[in-house]
Amino acid sequence: MELLIKNGFVFDPINGINSEKMDIAIKNGKIVDSIQEKNAKVIDASGLTVMPGGVDIHSHIAGGEVNAGRLLRPEDHVKDVERKTAITRSGVGYSIPSTFTTGYRYSRMGYTTIMNPSMSPLEAKHTHEELSDIPMVDKASYPLLGDWWFVLEYLQKGDLEECARHIAWMMETVKGYAIKIVNPGGLESWGFGRNVHSIDDRVPGFDVTPREIICGLCKVNKMLNLPHTIHLHTNNLGVPGNYATTLETMKCLEDLAGDDKPVAHITHLQFSSYKGRDWRTMKSGAEEIANYVNNHSHLTMDMGQVIFTDTTTMTADGPFQFNLYNLTGHKWVNHDVETETSGGIVPFRYRRKNVVNATQWSIGLELALLIKDPWKIFLTTDHPNGGPFTAYPKIIAWLISKKARMATLKRTHPKAIKRSILSSIDREMSLYEIAVVTRGGTSKALGLKHKGHLGVGADGDVAIYDLNPESIDLPTDYKVVRKAFSRAKYTIKGGQVLVKDGEVLQEMYGKTMWLNVETDEPCRIPEEMKTKFRDYWTVEFDNYPVSDHYLRSQSPITVKASI
Amino acid sequence: MTIVKSVTCPVCGCLCDDIELVVEDGKVEEVKNGCAICESKFIGYRGEHRVLKPKIRQNGKLVDTTLQEAVKKSAEILANANYPILYGWSSTSCEAQRVGVELAEEVGGVLDNTAVVCHGPSILGIQEVGIPSCTLGQVRHRADLVIYWGCDPWSAHPRHVERYTTFAEGRFEGSEWKGYLQKFKAAAGRKKIKRVMKQAPVKNPPSIEPVTPSEPPQKMKKDGRKLIVVDVRRTMTAEVADYFIQVEPNKDYELMEALRALVRDQELDVNSVAGISVECLEELVDIMIGCNFGIIFFGLGLTMSAGKFRNIDVAISLTRDLNMRTKFAIMPMRGHFNVTGSNTVFTWQTGYPFGVDFSLGYPRYNPGETTSVDVLLRRESDAALVIASDPVANFPKKAVQHLVKNPLIVIDPHMNATSLMADVVFPSAFVGIEVGGTAYRMDHVPLPLKKVVDPPEGVLSDKEILNRILEETRKIKLKQVEAA
Repeated sequence: MELLIKNGFVFDPINGINSEKMDIAIKNGKIVDSIQEKNAKVIDASGLTVMPGGVDIHSHIAGGEVNAGRLLRPEDHVKDVERKTAITRSGVGYSIPSTFTTGYRYSRMGYTTIMNPSMSPLEAKHTHEELSDIPMVDKASYPLLGDWWFVLEYLQKGDLEECARHIAWMMETVKGYAIKIVNPGGLESWGFGRNVHSIDDRVPGFDVTPREIICGLCKVNKMLNLPHTIHLHTNNLGVPGNYATTLETMKCLEDLAGDDKPVAHITHLQFSSYKGRDWRTMKSGAEEIANYVNNHSHLTMDMGQVIFTDTTTMTADGPFQFNLYNLTGHKWVNHDVETETSGGIVPFRYRRKNVVNATQWSIGLELALLIKDPWKIFLTTDHPNGGPFTAYPKIIAWLISKKARMATLKRTHPKAIKRSILSSIDREMSLYEIAVVTRGGTSKALGLKHKGHLGVGADGDVAIYDLNPESIDLPTDYKVVRKAFSRAKYTIKGGQVLVKDGEVLQEMYGKTMWLNVETDEPCRIPEEMKTKFRDYWTVEFDNYPVSDHYLRSQSPITVKASI
Repeated sequence: MTIVKSVTCPVCGCLCDDIELVVEDGKVEEVKNGCAICESKFIGYRGEHRVLKPKIRQNGKLVDTTLQEAVKKSAEILANANYPILYGWSSTSCEAQRVGVELAEEVGGVLDNTAVVCHGPSILGIQEVGIPSCTLGQVRHRADLVIYWGCDPWSAHPRHVERYTTFAEGRFEGSEWKGYLQKFKAAAGRKKIKRVMKQAPVKNPPSIEPVTPSEPPQKMKKDGRKLIVVDVRRTMTAEVADYFIQVEPNKDYELMEALRALVRDQELDVNSVAGISVECLEELVDIMIGCNFGIIFFGLGLTMSAGKFRNIDVAISLTRDLNMRTKFAIMPMRGHFNVTGSNTVFTWQTGYPFGVDFSLGYPRYNPGETTSVDVLLRRESDAALVIASDPVANFPKKAVQHLVKNPLIVIDPHMNATSLMADVVFPSAFVGIEVGGTAYRMDHVPLPLKKVVDPPEGVLSDKEILNRILEETRKIKLKQVEAA
């Protein structure tokens, strides 16, 4: 099928196209130079904004943790339901939508690729079963590897090559896309109810430090030439004063940056940018972090923006969730996974009139606005930790309009205004910059060659929004922008029109991407693994891998490692 | 003869996946590594009650029919029903469950699984307070205190203790089986002495110390793994335990609350709670607080005795309290091999784990209203599909009366009480023996089920049967819409 999108204002940052009036042609699911108009379905995009399909770099949409959150919170679903239609399946929201609903809602906002950032390898089949039930988008998942016993043991020995081989084996075995590290060392400590509090604390039972884990895996990532960098959730996340730990973490990676390319992605940075001794004195550390980031080029980040709403926090960071439970006394799920990781869930309401929550809200926006280069920091809410992904249009409005920010800031706790410098920031992002932080930048950071841009050969994933960049004044008309981004005029995936005017026209299942890492030396891991397997896990070696059966439709990406 | 290794056992929530089968001429001839239940399932599944042909009720009698006819009849029943119940699901694969959700949504029925009469209260408890838990390997590697409360793994989950808890060898904690071996020998010795005493003409026989003292024995204070059993009767597991606490029936809630109070350093003004002296409880609490990693496993003794989900609520709350002092976890001992899977599948597709009502076109969940037993007791349903389960044998009588009054479809490898009352019966292949799939262990670890032998000719998998019914139902519904 051929599709021609005519006369839209195209924003394609990767190819440097900024609001140019041009046609986009799609043939056999890929962007092509041109097609014959008479054979093609034509969409008249005059006066509309055309962007590549959105790429979310960090959103918890599937897996054991997410599903435990769903089970935990019937009260979250009852207020937000989706009826079955002739085309779509039924489901529920709100902060942790059921799988089908997740796909439809992303698609309605013009998103076409979603990265699920946390998958415990032992339960990877579960994650993939759920991902297979999420329609409308392409997806991938990052296995949690920072506290895997094999990693800790090989780093302790200093055998990086063997560590790298194991990670390569793991990527293929659990069909993962990037190395996810969560509170390195802290999760292993949490096995006995403890935690690490700086990047130089020793991990109990293993002679390594978080610093060694981070740097070691960063080097491994380079050896394996993985498309994305390590994806790092820092130590001391969500603790007042943690901006110092974050800066230290950033600094320890400086030496590893050879060329100008980033070597690490610090995720949901907002949660790692707090100053102060305790919650009473907590204030924003965004300025210090932003200063550092503006002077260095070895990192990418995402916001982890907080939304004032009732949501469900879930991370693999068990000790952090335990602290949150202590703070709130709310329902608490903990789920430690043998030899690999942990996890926790606590429902949480971010309140405007709570000084800490209001400050958290400010910090996310401060970071996005103070870090000058939009290619470094991307838009996320760490769904559902800061708020559901359906709030992205709200964040876009705050980013493009000081008026929008001030309107919300005014209604927050009065003390919160003094705890950050948000009110003094005048920067207002352009649509081009919004395209960077929601698709171009994320896709580049992820190393997705065929996503996030509209150059010839890219996937035919396009979002069209009802915005006329010529006639609109973004800062004043932020409400129009917000509305436009919540209901895409068209969402096109692989050349198929999936959504029109915010309504799903057809259901389509995207592909699951995973890395097939080829190492030089023939892999002798299975033999060694088999002997150790029964000691480490409670399942058999043969039953551990994620077979093709668990992927509805897949797109393996072959990577040539340099070991 | 072929040997199939790493087979997952489709019996209980332990999902032991190290079973070796010897297969000869399309039959399982030998089972290695499995427990008695596992062996009897793999060897004995081809029993006399196996159904091989679909059946349909004609003139009050079940007669053989063709698959097409049975599918057509079932689809008619479901398409014409206003409020059908789709019940069972716990002993089939996740793949079949996924089709089941689609079918329930299509016909606007109630989708419910056996948790409703089993660990449903556990889920309600979790929805109240959450659950600090872990995978079973975490217990194997770290737990130095294991408490079985209201469950008897020695009989119901025979390899649980050996594979995952006290008798397993972990990284940080060793196996305790040697100690237990000695204990068994000692117990056998005591019995022998007793027997001899009875026969011997001794006037004042020396007294023999009881097997478990009323107070926690000294060895509870030593290092190494400890096993405590709390139950209303001395179960098989209690026999191997270091310490057995006999709680009075229906007093679990009281006992838990007393423990919570003691964990929080409050004083109790009574001498005993639920039949156990307070001194004893104080020592017990000290043991709990003093451990490095403790876990409570609980079973139907807690979920289905007085208090129901409140029992679970308080058990989890006790675990939450203990986490302020040390590391503690809690886990339900799920029964059917894939009951956890059906809760999991239902939750990711609909948001709710059981008792999902699609009658309004979207998933709705209100235990007590949308759960199958309650729907039946209110006589609201007008048809039912039962898969891999036997509600006629398990549900309250009044619920059964309403269930069998309406058209009833059964999908099951065996003839059971429910299929005898059914209008349509589908024979199906044994999941995990004749057809593969996925199941979730009690700790939510997904494991693949293997196809080891071929199913009998003409016998389809649950998934395939459901798919055909779904397809046929859609056709009928489409016709109904067109006619309207």
